[in-house]
Amino acid sequence: MKNKLLARMARLGGLSSALLLAGCELDVLDPKGPVGEGVKSLILTSTIAMLIVVVPTIILSLYFAWHYRQSNTSAEYLPKWCHSNKIELIIWGVPTLIIIFLAVITYQTCHSLDPYKPLEAEANTKPLHVEVVALDWKWLFIYPEQGIATVNQLAIPVNTPVDFVITSDSVMNSFFIPRLGSMIYAMAGMQTQLHLLASEPGDYLGESANYSGRGFSDMKFHTLAVSGDEFNAWVEKVKSSSEQLDGQTYPKLAAPSEANPVEYFAHVEPGMFNTIVAKYNNGMVMDKQTGQKVQMQSASAMSDMNMKE
Amino acid sequence: MLGRLSLSAIPFDVPILVGTFAGVAIIGVAVLGLITYFGKWGYLWKEWFTSVDHKRLAVMYIILALVALFRGFADAIMMRTQLALAYAGNPGYLPPHHYDQIFSAHGTIMIFFLAMAFMTGLFNFVVPLQIGARDVAFPFLNNLSFWMTAIAFILVNVSLFIGEFSQCGWLAYPPLSESQFSPGVGVDYYIWAIQLSGVGTLLTGVNFFVTIVKMRAPGMTWMKMPVFTWTAFCSSILIMVSFPVLTVAVALLGLDRYFGMHFFTNDGGGNQMMYLNLIWAWGHPEVYILVIPAFGVFSEVVPAFSQKPLFGYGTMVYATCAIMVLSFLVWVHHFFTMGAGPDVNAFFGIATMVISIPTGVKLFNWMFTMYKGRIQYHACMYWVIGFMVTFTIGGMTGVMMAIPGADFVLHNSLFLIAHFHNVIIGGVYFGYIAGMNFWFPKVMGFKMNESWGIRAFWFWFIGFYFAFVPLYVVGFQGMTRRLNHYDNPAWHPWLLVAEVGAVLILLGIVCQLTQLYVTIRDRNLPENQDVTGDPWNGRSLEWSTSSPPPPYNFAIVPHVHELDAFMHDKENGIDTRHAGGPYEAIHMPKNTAAGILVGGFSLVFGFAAVWYIWWLAAIGLIGVIGTVIARSANKDIDYYIPADEVARIENEHSRKLMAQAAE
Amino acid sequence: MAHDTTVHAGHDEHHHESPVVFGFWVYLMTDCIIFGSLFATFAVLRNQFNGGPSGHQLFEISGLGIETALLLISSITYGFGMIAAHKNEISKVIGWLALTFLLGLGFVGLEVNEFAHMIHEGAGPDRSAFLSAFFTLVGTHGLHVTCGLIWIVTLIVQLMGTTTIPERMMNKLTCLSLFWHFLDIVWICVFTYVYLASMI
Repeated sequence: MKNKLLARMARLGGLSSALLLAGCELDVLDPKGPVGEGVKSLILTSTIAMLIVVVPTIILSLYFAWHYRQSNTSAEYLPKWCHSNKIELIIWGVPTLIIIFLAVITYQTCHSLDPYKPLEAEANTKPLHVEVVALDWKWLFIYPEQGIATVNQLAIPVNTPVDFVITSDSVMNSFFIPRLGSMIYAMAGMQTQLHLLASEPGDYLGESANYSGRGFSDMKFHTLAVSGDEFNAWVEKVKSSSEQLDGQTYPKLAAPSEANPVEYFAHVEPGMFNTIVAKYNNGMVMDKQTGQKVQMQSASAMSDMNMKE
Repeated sequence: MLGRLSLSAIPFDVPILVGTFAGVAIIGVAVLGLITYFGKWGYLWKEWFTSVDHKRLAVMYIILALVALFRGFADAIMMRTQLALAYAGNPGYLPPHHYDQIFSAHGTIMIFFLAMAFMTGLFNFVVPLQIGARDVAFPFLNNLSFWMTAIAFILVNVSLFIGEFSQCGWLAYPPLSESQFSPGVGVDYYIWAIQLSGVGTLLTGVNFFVTIVKMRAPGMTWMKMPVFTWTAFCSSILIMVSFPVLTVAVALLGLDRYFGMHFFTNDGGGNQMMYLNLIWAWGHPEVYILVIPAFGVFSEVVPAFSQKPLFGYGTMVYATCAIMVLSFLVWVHHFFTMGAGPDVNAFFGIATMVISIPTGVKLFNWMFTMYKGRIQYHACMYWVIGFMVTFTIGGMTGVMMAIPGADFVLHNSLFLIAHFHNVIIGGVYFGYIAGMNFWFPKVMGFKMNESWGIRAFWFWFIGFYFAFVPLYVVGFQGMTRRLNHYDNPAWHPWLLVAEVGAVLILLGIVCQLTQLYVTIRDRNLPENQDVTGDPWNGRSLEWSTSSPPPPYNFAIVPHVHELDAFMHDKENGIDTRHAGGPYEAIHMPKNTAAGILVGGFSLVFGFAAVWYIWWLAAIGLIGVIGTVIARSANKDIDYYIPADEVARIENEHSRKLMAQAAE
Repeated sequence: MAHDTTVHAGHDEHHHESPVVFGFWVYLMTDCIIFGSLFATFAVLRNQFNGGPSGHQLFEISGLGIETALLLISSITYGFGMIAAHKNEISKVIGWLALTFLLGLGFVGLEVNEFAHMIHEGAGPDRSAFLSAFFTLVGTHGLHVTCGLIWIVTLIVQLMGTTTIPERMMNKLTCLSLFWHFLDIVWICVFTYVYLASMI
């Protein structure tokens, strides 16, 4: 019953927002994936619930302020009146009811929109794994299954769940694609997770949502949501690049740079992502399956990837 | 010898700074010259700088806050102008190095030196008078608190011309603020400014807590205490509980930077998430430290001008206390996107929303105070009604961001910026300005100009919507905060509108300055004089004494019979002042230079520590300790105002009152 | 910080108690929050050895025992000083304060020695997050004790050559007493939570 109410309110919200914001494109409220859709309906539902109190409050404040002005001698004046149990009951009760309603949907959506929760997909689609590293000031995307890596360009097949694992080899950043939904922090030595899905093809802006220093404003990337075939073609294109990402080339990439152009790496040394995480944890890395910390077997080629001091 | 300091630290190559420096230098020399010309140095030193009188300190705090407002607003309009220009390949006029300092300084200055100083100014002025006390519990510490705040503000401004300020945002998140990523002196200026002003704020919190607990007039039980005093009380508790946490967070960051420790570094086992937890364990209560006293102002202003008691006094008190307690349970909502589990996020999200219940109740209480009242439209009432409309909207967007699911797309966007300016301007600033208009005649003995006050309100009010509604919109368009330039054509028109808003707010500030000028110019006009000390037919004890109050506030400490003590006395024909005496000699604290000396040495210490000039830092530190010891040994710290003198002052006021009544 | 005069409400029946001691107690509670935050920080970082030594390897129980004994005895001697102060026996007060000072100095000396030894062995505060948290928490306590020592000297000097203890001086002695006992309590927490818990 509650869900039906929610759905109806969301529809109502959709309608009113369409009216309100006609001609003005709002990325966050015009999502291209199920996560963003969930967030959008949450925003609209909660806004409508709050407007139930907010609109009368504003109208009544203005009305009282106007009606009981000093020059309006026809209005009633009770110079001693300052208490009413009935009014107290209403002003505590109504907001409390609305907050209870919001608390329920908050609890539900905290679970349904949990960025760590894998998305459900159709039976025959396998999720795509992407490892994201925030660098000064660019984004490195490693595709472990494809063995490739890119900088500032993320290609994903539509209608395929994408499992991101995110870290930073520099300061704190936040990985955010407004059209697809939720963001999550990128922090050195830690791995955060995010699950997104694009349901429509397109070129969506990706950015860092946490200020990270001088080159922050240009720390943007393109998210190319494409069909499965186009995605495969894109992988081939990356593989035809002459660049490799390994212990030798990584420090050059990781050095600070601003407005970094898109780069392709045809081959990535396996375990690169874990090495980046492990170097801030004394060579330890969290195993995603077991949750246990394990010692990284640092490949010989990575040995000169020293800890930043 | 000079540590890291060399001539290259002075930014000769930045024309904006050179121009600003020239301007500040010319104005500074002019002001100093005028003071010297009129021979006012002795007066300033004796009557103001060394004063331990809470009324004098209040005025100095508010002047400091207004200076901070100009500096902070200059930063704000520069940022808006940069974003109006820096579009589609145009780099704008502020390179990141400069722009990043500006937004960091803007937040730091507006919170620590505008809002905190203004709030402390209002506390200082109103609380002792409202509770029928002759001063605060520790008058010397009060003076010291002011100087610590003032010198911290000076330190921030020194960074403009010598070296640089922090480029890490107003909360200096590590690891960006660690020396690995920010090796310059900017973050060190930030650290010392926060720590030194933190000393002042903490002492203020202790001082007002003790004052309110120990020094209320006889008969003033807790539930007969005026609401503003209640809010000052809650705010003081919040200061005492949360500021030590800020001190620790910033100190640990400093240890990382100065001694190579590993609290928040990427390597060495440091934990950056711990800094976020610590800083927000202070940061969220801080917001309530600022806004609760604003609620207190509204609770005084609305009844006075509605000519009717406050609706639901008890509810108001309980709601304030509820907000105080809840404000400690919500800090995680500043980083839902860190990856905590859904249950943790849900707990903190729901706790945040629960705060909106008592806050909403307060709004309704003010509304029902106006209900069936006779509302007089003085300038303060405009600010109040502007607040009620604006704050309601800010509260709504706040609850939106408290829902973790929604915060996942709104976090760190300009939507967030719009939200907190909505509550800080619409709540805190409007409240403090209403308070200034309300209590100004009590402070100075003459009223503020009404028409310029109302003009200032309209510019601020309309300017606010022009400046921040567009930010809500671009927030929904995915624009993050702290961007220096962008190339998204959808954002550009909105940022132009926001620039218009900033200009309107500028006009609002100009109107406020004009208001002050006209007020002082016309102070001697009979209609502006506050002869009775009770210009608004006030309800609480501060209105029972003369304007400006005598140094001892109350010749005879009043007895409190009811809530709204002064109104009760007026209605029952009781003479609160006990005019005619008999009077006794009054024990008073002597002025002292110890506060300004400790402040001065602290400034030397802070500056030297920023630049690694260790010998100078040692001098500063020894100076501070030496001054405190000398102060402790000083036995000549108090005096008595003789009974004759008290009688003379009181009889003078009584004569004015009678002359007024006879007219 | 509490060396202050206060405003009295005159000699009429609304005479307020001096708020100095109460105010100082409130201030100590804020100090308590500083220590609480430092303890929390230590709890978060206590296992972040970064390949460096752990507390188990570093701490020695014998020196700690002496440190603890010195500080606890100094609280007792201060207590005797307060008893003497209430009896207005100024020379005894000075004697007890001097003894307290020596015990406190011994404590600080041992602590400095321990720190110097650890830094010499390469286990300084920059070695690992655990050591950063350790040095900061223990060092903050040591810094407080040092401030207390300066305060004791100040009061001894102020007491010399006087014949009575006026109210203001009594307030100062009481505040310092609160401060000194407070540091004792903090030390007991440090001792159990930082040292013992690491050694077991």
